Amino acid sequence: MTHRTSLAARTLADLQPGQAGTIAALHSTGPERRRLMDLGMVPGTRVVAEMHSPLGDPVAYRVRGALVALRAQQARLITLAESATEVDPS
Amino acid sequence: MTVTDSLPHQSACATCPMNRHLERLGVNMEDWDYVVALAGNPNTGKSTVFNALTGLRQHTGNWPGKTVARAEGGFIYGDKRYKLVDLPGTYSLLAASVDEEIARDFILFGQPDVTVVVVDATRLERNLNLALQVLEITDKAVICLNLMDEAKRHGLTIDDRRLARDLGVPVISTVARRGEGIRELIAMVHDVATGEVKPRPHRIPATQDDALNRAVERLTGQIQAAFPGLPNARWVALRLLDGDAQIERAIRDGSLGDLSRGDEPQSVVDRLMVAEVHA
Amino acid sequence: MSAQPAAADILKTAGNLRREVGDGFHDHLVEALYTDAAQIADRAVARPDAPPRFDLDRAIDRLVTSRTWGFPIMVLLLTGVFWLTIQGANVPSQMLATLLLDTVHPALKDLGAALGFPWWLSGVLFDGAYLAMAWVVSVMLPPMAIFFPVFTLLEDFGYLPRVAFNLDRLFSRAGAHGKQALSMTMGFGCNAAGVVATRVIDSPRERLIAIITNNFAVCNGRWPTLIMVSTIFIGSAVPAALAGLVSALAVVGIAVLGVLLTFAVSWFLSRTMLKGEASVFSLELPPYRPPRILQTLYTSLIDRTIIVLWRAVTMSVPAGIVIWLISNVTLGGQSIAEHLVTGLDGVGWLLGLNGVILVAYIVAIPANEIIIPTVLMLTVLAAGLTGVGEGAGVMFEAESNTTIRDILNAGGWTTLTAVNLMLFSLIHNPCSTTILTIYNETKSKKWTAVATLLPLLLGFAVTLTTATLARALGLV
Repeated sequence: MTHRTSLAARTLADLQPGQAGTIAALHSTGPERRRLMDLGMVPGTRVVAEMHSPLGDPVAYRVRGALVALRAQQARLITLAESATEVDPS
Repeated sequence: MTVTDSLPHQSACATCPMNRHLERLGVNMEDWDYVVALAGNPNTGKSTVFNALTGLRQHTGNWPGKTVARAEGGFIYGDKRYKLVDLPGTYSLLAASVDEEIARDFILFGQPDVTVVVVDATRLERNLNLALQVLEITDKAVICLNLMDEAKRHGLTIDDRRLARDLGVPVISTVARRGEGIRELIAMVHDVATGEVKPRPHRIPATQDDALNRAVERLTGQIQAAFPGLPNARWVALRLLDGDAQIERAIRDGSLGDLSRGDEPQSVVDRLMVAEVHA
Repeated sequence: MSAQPAAADILKTAGNLRREVGDGFHDHLVEALYTDAAQIADRAVARPDAPPRFDLDRAIDRLVTSRTWGFPIMVLLLTGVFWLTIQGANVPSQMLATLLLDTVHPALKDLGAALGFPWWLSGVLFDGAYLAMAWVVSVMLPPMAIFFPVFTLLEDFGYLPRVAFNLDRLFSRAGAHGKQALSMTMGFGCNAAGVVATRVIDSPRERLIAIITNNFAVCNGRWPTLIMVSTIFIGSAVPAALAGLVSALAVVGIAVLGVLLTFAVSWFLSRTMLKGEASVFSLELPPYRPPRILQTLYTSLIDRTIIVLWRAVTMSVPAGIVIWLISNVTLGGQSIAEHLVTGLDGVGWLLGLNGVILVAYIVAIPANEIIIPTVLMLTVLAAGLTGVGEGAGVMFEAESNTTIRDILNAGGWTTLTAVNLMLFSLIHNPCSTTILTIYNETKSKKWTAVATLLPLLLGFAVTLTTATLARALGLV
């Protein structure tokens, strides 16, 4: 995927399980973007990476109290706000 | 029975014009006084609520999108017969999928007497997204705060009175799988259907963006002027600004206008039928 | 209509305003909704001061999706479900067969005789329609009555979405959705139920892929055929000590080949007929919930078992009538069945099968369960054997594998016939119940045709290849 080089910022795909971040922007488009937003992935939302699938992809993220799995190619299009990587306390 | 003038079809019956919307949607109104729609996110125990209300056993697993076809059932409370329509479980009503379209069209064009929104108490924030969208379309809603036992297991305490005040509609806490709160839910559905309780739902507030707010206001005003009886002009305006092709069509072919006058909607319902078939 | 000018005005204003507010409107709307939702939820919900030291859901999730344990647990659970189904169904299947085939069937024949039914009426009704139905019920009902409730319990508990999560990587490489793992697993019980289960896949393209490939999951109706043919022909081809192991491996091999074909055909479809933009992927992992055992037993019996069984029964009755008729109506001294068998023998030979097998697959399209009884009956009929079987058009199952072997050998069977029958059992058109279900779910003649013909043509191609290779290498 070439998106990564065009977006210098950190993305959801960079979060390791247990790490948290805050969504800055969604770079996906069309129905994909709408679906992600419907699932609560809007800018300003705090997201915690919960666990990898045994094969590494997809990754389950805790967002607004729900657990949602995204494939890496989707997660790479969601950039995170510039801040030190938080570790989810729980 | 309390009769209130604000309700367009308080004396619901088979021949009332409003109920013809529902008949066109495939709902047989012959034996029913009121129609209750059941909306909610997937995995909220919506079908368990449906079963608890109707005494039916409709299986749906712990899955999104399980109820693709529309399930219908009914119950009797007091001397009134209620028809219950289980809508597909959706995360939103912004019509990104066929399921969402079916649910949205039923609430908008079917104009059910009451819409019960089942929300998962353990994931309230995510579930409220849908509830708030329903409240934009209809006043006559009841929130069924389900899975209260699971919330307790997760150590959550939920102030349902505070929630009811903030949302402006009745909130009933339930544990549908054990039948807890179902009697209260039925009683509240009755009160809202008959107009004894008149909810004043929360509406999405104006945004920070002044230009946007002006656009919404201007369009809402124009819609209200053209369709005086329409209960959800602001929501229609929001959908138009979002470029919702289906709502545009409903305005163009007059089916939205029909709603405000109580005539039969035409093409939009036909579209819905098609959508159902392809679901 | 009076609203028309106003409507045009509204749309014009909306169009202008939309240009003013720009593309970001949808985002603003959803953000506003979620900002509100967050505020309202925050005010209403009190969370425990300290997060609980032990979160059961999270602990289960860590275990069932872990790199080390995720797959072993999944394989163990699903194997357990299948083992329970096959083992648990044995006894009740036998009991039903004894009751319906050995007790009720003769009783009905006696009743027909007592009422003075002509032979053909008693034949069509009791040997044709009733026997086919009884066969399907006794073979199909017990495994389904076990498989569906157990599967439903896993579903209600919330484990199945984790299976989709674990396997999504494999399915995504094949251009499919992880949830296809579930419809496929369900297909091992019954393909018609598997096709219905694809409803959980919300993107149309991936759902069609799952529907078309569901047939490659070897359903309950096909296991008995595979096990019997494998025991008789494959097991006996190796030293006796290894017979059990080798025949079991052959059956498992066919099932695994089915899974590989699922991936291969999904991949093929997603790059040809169902090419196009990948649909939106989203998979929610719902919280675990204690399953409601009694209610689950009840609802899965009502919703899945009874419905699927009923469809199979309504389909098997006409099939039974057809099977009886073609075996008993004669043209020029030979039954229609014999004409068909002779006519298809050439093609059958090319495919490493024979005319009997092809005729059986045509008339037994309603249910794979009656393939073996039909094959046996037709073989006896076509080979003109005497002293075995129950008569023309009366399906039967022999008492012992030796008898079956003798009958089939007399019908000209070789190891190649056995291997190719196993392959063809995996790769052929879905049963008519499943075809009907596919049509009900897709409402498309085109996709129903694709789902029916694609596996059939593939089956022809595969058996033609193995037969030609075996003959070229001088194996048969």
